[in-house]
Amino acid sequence: MTSGRLAPEPIQVVKQRRDEALAALVGGVPYIGFLGVRFERRGDELTAILPFADSLIGNPHLPALHGGATAAFLEMTAIISLGWAMLWPRIEGGAPVPGPGEGPVLPKTIDFTIDYLRTGLPRDAYARARITRVGRRYASVLAEAWQDNRDRPIAQAAGHFLMPDTDG
Amino acid sequence: MANATSERAEQQAVEDFFAALPHAAALGLVVEKMENGEAVISMPWAAKLVGDPATGVVHGGSVSALMDTCCGGAVMSHQQAGGATATLGLRIDYMRPATPGQTIRAEATCHHVTRTVAFVRAVAVDDDTARPVATATGTFTVSAA
Repeated sequence: MTSGRLAPEPIQVVKQRRDEALAALVGGVPYIGFLGVRFERRGDELTAILPFADSLIGNPHLPALHGGATAAFLEMTAIISLGWAMLWPRIEGGAPVPGPGEGPVLPKTIDFTIDYLRTGLPRDAYARARITRVGRRYASVLAEAWQDNRDRPIAQAAGHFLMPDTDG
Repeated sequence: MANATSERAEQQAVEDFFAALPHAAALGLVVEKMENGEAVISMPWAAKLVGDPATGVVHGGSVSALMDTCCGGAVMSHQQAGGATATLGLRIDYMRPATPGQTIRAEATCHHVTRTVAFVRAVAVDDDTARPVATATGTFTVSAA
């Protein structure tokens, strides 16, 4: 006797598929590696992590994180979150997981506006993005970075992005 | 004469300070000019800055970092806003991808300073200087006198 439903996939298979897809998306971008940023995944939610390094310092006297590093961190969080939102329904719908460096073409930044709220301290920073709108051509994304306290963000940003052409 | 020498020394100090910023050094930034509220900083193309390996175009974030540094440099070199500063806000418009392999040069002008806020605008170009890669406007803190 056969059930109408497929047996659920083993959790290891599900996790491996999602982690491989995320690695394909992130691994192909040299600048992400240069800053040392990595992404942690809980289900479809991504958290970007910028581990502290001396090379990220912008003001040696305080010392403080370079505003440009914080800006780049938020921008890559927004772009990868958008790319992930494009990729997720495909792989969950049964499309093959892209190999390393074969991830989808990433959206391009049209504009990016950053508010610096607090001095970035010499320690790890975290960021998450919220996609407020995705259309066929344009997307709007908010992103926020924090360090020790989630409720005390060091910077917030808003940006518009040009979505890559997709087939069909 | 002595005044001109001390001014020159002061300017050299600003340039040295910037060159010593660890993140600016990591990005490979080169200070070309920094005086009287104007800064010119260039960023030679490097593989580590690439955002799209298929084309070799640098990541927008590296242009943001260049713009932030250049705008901050313009503020630091302004006579009324001189000294330490921090970015309050920065908006960057990306007009086109920078051509892979070419140096990106940012020019920033600190065009207005109040007791509390410095206002800056900047433009970044590659070899095709007639078609900017990006523009930016920023607001920066002014240290209390």
